[in-house]
Parts: sequence; structure tokens; C-alpha cells
Amino acid sequence: MSGGVDSSVTAALLKEQGYQVIGMTLRLWSEEHLGLDNRCCTTDAVGDARTIAGQLQIPHYTVDAKQIFHDTVVSAFIEGYQKGITPNPCLTCNRHIRWGFMYQRARALGADYMATGHYARLHENQNGKVQLLKGVDPDKDQSYVLYMLSQDDLRHTLLPLGGYTKKEVRRMAEEFQLPAAQRPDSQDLCFLGGDDYRDFLLRNQPAVHHPGPILDTEGQKLGEHPGLAFFTIGQRKGLGISPPRPHYVLGKDPERNALLVGTRDELGETSLQARDVHWVSGSAPDAPFQAEIKIRYTAPAREGVVTPQPDQKAEVQFPEPLRDITPGQAAVFYQEEVCLGGGIIQGTSP
Amino acid sequence: MSDVYLDHAATTPVDEKVLKAMQPYFGDIFGNPSSVHTFGQRADAALQKARRSMAEAIGCQPKEVIFTSCGSESDNLALRGAALAAREQGKGTHILISEVEHHAVTHTAQQLERSFGFELDYIPVDKHGEVDPESVAERIRPDTILVSIIHANNEIGTLNPISKISTLCRERDVLIHTDAVQGAAHFPLKMDDLKVDMLSIGAHKFYGPKGVGALYVREGTPLIPVQTGGSQEFGKRAATENLPFIVGMAEALQMAYEEADQRLKHTQKLRDRVISNVLGAIPDSTLTGHPERRLPNHASFAFQGLDGNLLVSALDVEGFACSSGSACKTGNPEPSSVLLSMGYDRGWAKGSLRVTVGKDTHQNEVDAFLDVLPLVVKRLRELP
Repeated sequence: MSGGVDSSVTAALLKEQGYQVIGMTLRLWSEEHLGLDNRCCTTDAVGDARTIAGQLQIPHYTVDAKQIFHDTVVSAFIEGYQKGITPNPCLTCNRHIRWGFMYQRARALGADYMATGHYARLHENQNGKVQLLKGVDPDKDQSYVLYMLSQDDLRHTLLPLGGYTKKEVRRMAEEFQLPAAQRPDSQDLCFLGGDDYRDFLLRNQPAVHHPGPILDTEGQKLGEHPGLAFFTIGQRKGLGISPPRPHYVLGKDPERNALLVGTRDELGETSLQARDVHWVSGSAPDAPFQAEIKIRYTAPAREGVVTPQPDQKAEVQFPEPLRDITPGQAAVFYQEEVCLGGGIIQGTSP
Repeated sequence: MSDVYLDHAATTPVDEKVLKAMQPYFGDIFGNPSSVHTFGQRADAALQKARRSMAEAIGCQPKEVIFTSCGSESDNLALRGAALAAREQGKGTHILISEVEHHAVTHTAQQLERSFGFELDYIPVDKHGEVDPESVAERIRPDTILVSIIHANNEIGTLNPISKISTLCRERDVLIHTDAVQGAAHFPLKMDDLKVDMLSIGAHKFYGPKGVGALYVREGTPLIPVQTGGSQEFGKRAATENLPFIVGMAEALQMAYEEADQRLKHTQKLRDRVISNVLGAIPDSTLTGHPERRLPNHASFAFQGLDGNLLVSALDVEGFACSSGSACKTGNPEPSSVLLSMGYDRGWAKGSLRVTVGKDTHQNEVDAFLDVLPLVVKRLRELP
């Protein structure tokens, strides 16, 4: 429980459905000296969660996860940027912290299930497999950040909000008289505490300041960049160059420490390679298949063909060039409502 | 989720007799003790009766009992009031406290150091958390104005040799205060024995209400009020007296003194049962605090490699309310500073557990707890 709308309504709904509910809040890492609290677990947020639990008459416990959150999520975030990719720490967190550390502790406290306020649905099919489905609210669907869950995880997971829209959830929060009903949605990464990720990186890994050339597709130097970590694929602003036509970040070449840029019509790739691919069903499909693919949490799904490969890899072909395919983000595969799995984007050329 | 309450050092329920004694003072006798009229006079009579009753119990004059809002306020008044009085009188600025004081003392002393120009030194403790009177004597300087040593530590239960310490303080003309918030709930403390200048108590540790406490201030002890305003409490603490709670505290203290023997025997038996069982059944466990010179209801442990906060949460789910020196409701698992100052390393100091029984705790409750605890510890130790 974060003290916010979604987890509060989750708890309230489950309580209403007759579950014996225990509230849990994680204490996560933040840069202490800055006085910025980790947004998910400020003292206020922990207090809010406890207040809401009290109102719902459920027990509530706060579990410390500072160290492990730092050592897995935050470190991977910093290392990823150092390596020139754009990591998605929420994926690391869900895999290692929520459905790892927290899940184990919830089980140790005697819980049969772990419930979260994610907008996604679970459905057990005839074969006894649990399917991960999109949330019904197309604006809020969060199945993207859950593609890595195993069958065992899913079997012990409850996602009560997946069948509702955010608007309905806010209305329920009001009906349950939860104080968080009007709290704004959280946007940024929790451990940034509202700060810019570039400043965060500079403070925590000064080596990300590593100037290098900005090169166009001809290999011509257009300027200097302060460090690859400060740019992401598709970015236009802040390049500090002034060619006649707007230029966008096409890619990064860590070996030459070069930022590769090009014009709008040079943007886009027709394929991507994914690593650490996870299949929700537990096994990889044995043939290429047509799917809708999301390459970022906020990106719309695009048609393509997914080819499973050995060693937990996969290749995705798109019929037309697709912008913003970004190494470090996840490519998540869907057929209709069903999330089949996904993997971390490794690159765009084989 | 808990059904069994084993956290009496945190607070206790208000005894029914106490509640009954308080009742009239919310309604029938509601006057302000400072008022001229008979409403006020009746309230004042009850106030003075409560003061006499408390004075009689602890063996002092009624005017030496100052009512406050809690044990923490008593500590604040003692330290800040005595330090600022010494400042007014042009005396020294050196203050001594032990390393294992309650925060009400530590943080007040630290504020005196940080914001008021006093000098603060800490008296170390031994591996049992006990203060050696000699180490107090060694640290007293000509400009030392105040020594504050906790009577019985809340976290580890260790009793300190207060009368020895106060004797040597008095020989050196240094004021001695003790926080007896825990101890006063278990021992019929007498001021003639303890020989301290100031002593703090809080009612809710001995089945009185929360929000009321007292500070014993020996006659003639220089003390200026921290809370200024009216001249209540002999000019030492301004505020209209919280009469129902004061009456409740007096009643609760009287009961605690009358029943002291039987409560002590009852709780000590259960405490010893807890200690011997836990140490026998749980590997890598140790009793923290003094094995004998400790609060009669207080068993405290450290378990190697365990998160005390998680342990207390898991025990709560199992139905048992305990606490941990390294736990707080926000889940911050800082290793216990008390255990660190006793020489425990961080691996032990994060895994502390405090079990404190009460006058109404049943043996079968304790036995049920002792059945569950080893299983919970084992389960949590198996976590990756």
C-alpha cells in the first residue's frame, strides 16, 4: 500500500469480497542527504497507508527494502544508463522487489496471495494456465510492467482493479471514503523524488558525464554531447546542435561514445531483438506468430511478427519502420487482450 | 490482528478501578482548581488529595509532586528546567547522561547542547546496559550541574544502581534526575531510598491513563518552568490541571504500590518462563540486558540476522503483540542504538524483540506465544 488511490481501493475491494487482508508498505531507497523522500514511501505515504488500513480495519506492516531496492533497482538503473541503454526500473522492481522480496515476505507473514493495484487482469484458462490480460481501461492498462511474472507468481497474485477504469476506481475511493480519492496519479520514477533523472545520474555516477561526438548517418560530426546517458532514442530537444532540419537521436554507439542523430525520415526501424524473454504461459511458442507489440509503457501497440529464438531471445519484425525502439525498454507481446510475454530490447539490427 | 498483548512496557490498559475513579471529574466535579467558587474548590480538593496520595506513595511532601502531561514532559521539565535554572544562577554548563537514556532525555539534552550552549557528555554502559557509578563519578567535573540516569531501561529492562549514583552526585553537589517511567510501574519506589533530586513517572505504564505524568522535584531544587503561564504546580508548570487524569494516575499508582508484591511475583514468573524457553528453543538468540537486575515483567532478546520489524509484524499476524527496539511503525530498521552501545554488532542489533507481560497476562497466553515464536523465527530466517 502506498497510501494512494489504487492500492487503497484494492485493499477495500478485497476486504469487501471477504478476504482477510493485510496491508504492506515497502520502505524504498532514496537519496537521504537531499531530503527528497522516495515518492512511494515518504514518511507521509507510510502514514497515509497506515491511516487507510486503520480506516479499513485491516492490519498494516511496513517492510524495509531499502538496501535490496538500491542494490538491484537503483544500481541497474545507473549501470544501464552507463552502458548507453534506457532502463525501465519499474520492470526490475516488479521482478525483484515486488514479486520477489515483498512476495516472499507476504508469504512469510502467512498470506496466500499478494494483491496490487495494477490495472491488469488474470484469467485461468482450461489448461489450468493463468493468463495475463490487459486492464479494461485502455489509458491505464499496466500489463506491460507485469509481463515478467511467472505462472507461480500469477497463481498467488490478485489484481482487483483490472476490471475497472481509473474513473471508476476514483469513484469507489470516494464511496469507500478513502482520503486518497483525489490524490493525483504518480508519474515519475519513485526514487527520483520528482527530480530530473539526469541530475540524479550525475550525483550518483559522475562518470556519466562523458563528452563525445554527435554524428549524423554519414558519420559527420555535428557537435558534442555531454554523455550518452542524457539522451534517449527519438529525443529531439537538448541536442545543442543547429542543422538546417531538426535532428533526432537515432541511436547510441557506446564503443565510439557517439550519439547518432538523423532527420525525421531517418527515424524508425523495422525490427528489434529482445533478450531475457519471458513467456507468461511458461513456454515459448514454437513458431513465429502475429502479435501486437508495445515497445514502451506508454507506446501504442503495433502489429508485427514475433519469432521466438533460443536462449530466451526473440526477434520482432514490423511491416513499417517504427520510431522510438529503445534498448533497455521492454517489448511486450499481445494477442488481443492477452499479454503473451516480453523481453528487454537489445537492439534494432541483427 | 493480535489477541495476546505482550507489550506492557509500551503501554497498559486503564484499570477498571482507575477509570471509575476518574469518571466524576469529567462531569460532576468539573471545576477549575484555580477558581474562587465552590466548583473550583471541590476540584482543588480532589487535586490536592491526588497529590497527597502520590506523595505518600513515593515518600515525599505533596509540594514535591509536579503534575505533567506525560513521562516525556517530566523528563523535559527536569532537564531543561534545571539546566536553565543553573544558567540563571550562573552555575556551570556541563550535563551528564547515560548512553541508554530514553529519547525524552537524550533529545532534550542534545537540544540543550545544540541550542542553549550546554556541554553534554555520555556515560557508557557495560554489556548488560548498566551504568557503573564509578564511571559517573569519574566524569563529574566542577562545572557539572546535572546528571540524568535512567532508572530502568525501556528496551532492555536493565535496572541501574540509582541510589549509589545519587549518593555520589549529592556528595559532589550535582543534581541527579532519573527517568523512572518504567521502574515506577513495578517497584514501590521511595524517594528516601533513591535519594534523587528529580524523578519522572508516566501513568499509562501502570494501568493509568495516557496523557498524564508527574515529576518529583525535591524541595529546594532550582527549577524554572518550561511551560510558562499561570502559577499552577507551585509555579513550575503552567496549565489548568487535567484533573480526571491526575485522579486516575493517583489511583493507579496507589494500586500499583498496594499490589506491588503480587504483581511482581506474577510477572516475574512469566518473564522467567519466557526467557528460559526462548533461549532454549531458538538458536543464535541471546537475552539482552541484565540477567537478574532487570524489570520483573521484561524479557528482551536479540536474534542474529533477523529484521526485528518483520519479526514483530509476523508475530502480530500470529496473534501476539510485542515490540522491537529496532522497529517503528514506519518500518525503519535502524539497529537499536541501545544494543549498539552495549557492544552488539549490527547483525544482532537489528533483530531485537521485547516481550513485556502484565498483571493480567495468563500463563497460557505466554505458553501459546512460546509455541509460535520459534516457528516464526525459523520461517523468517529461511527468507532469501
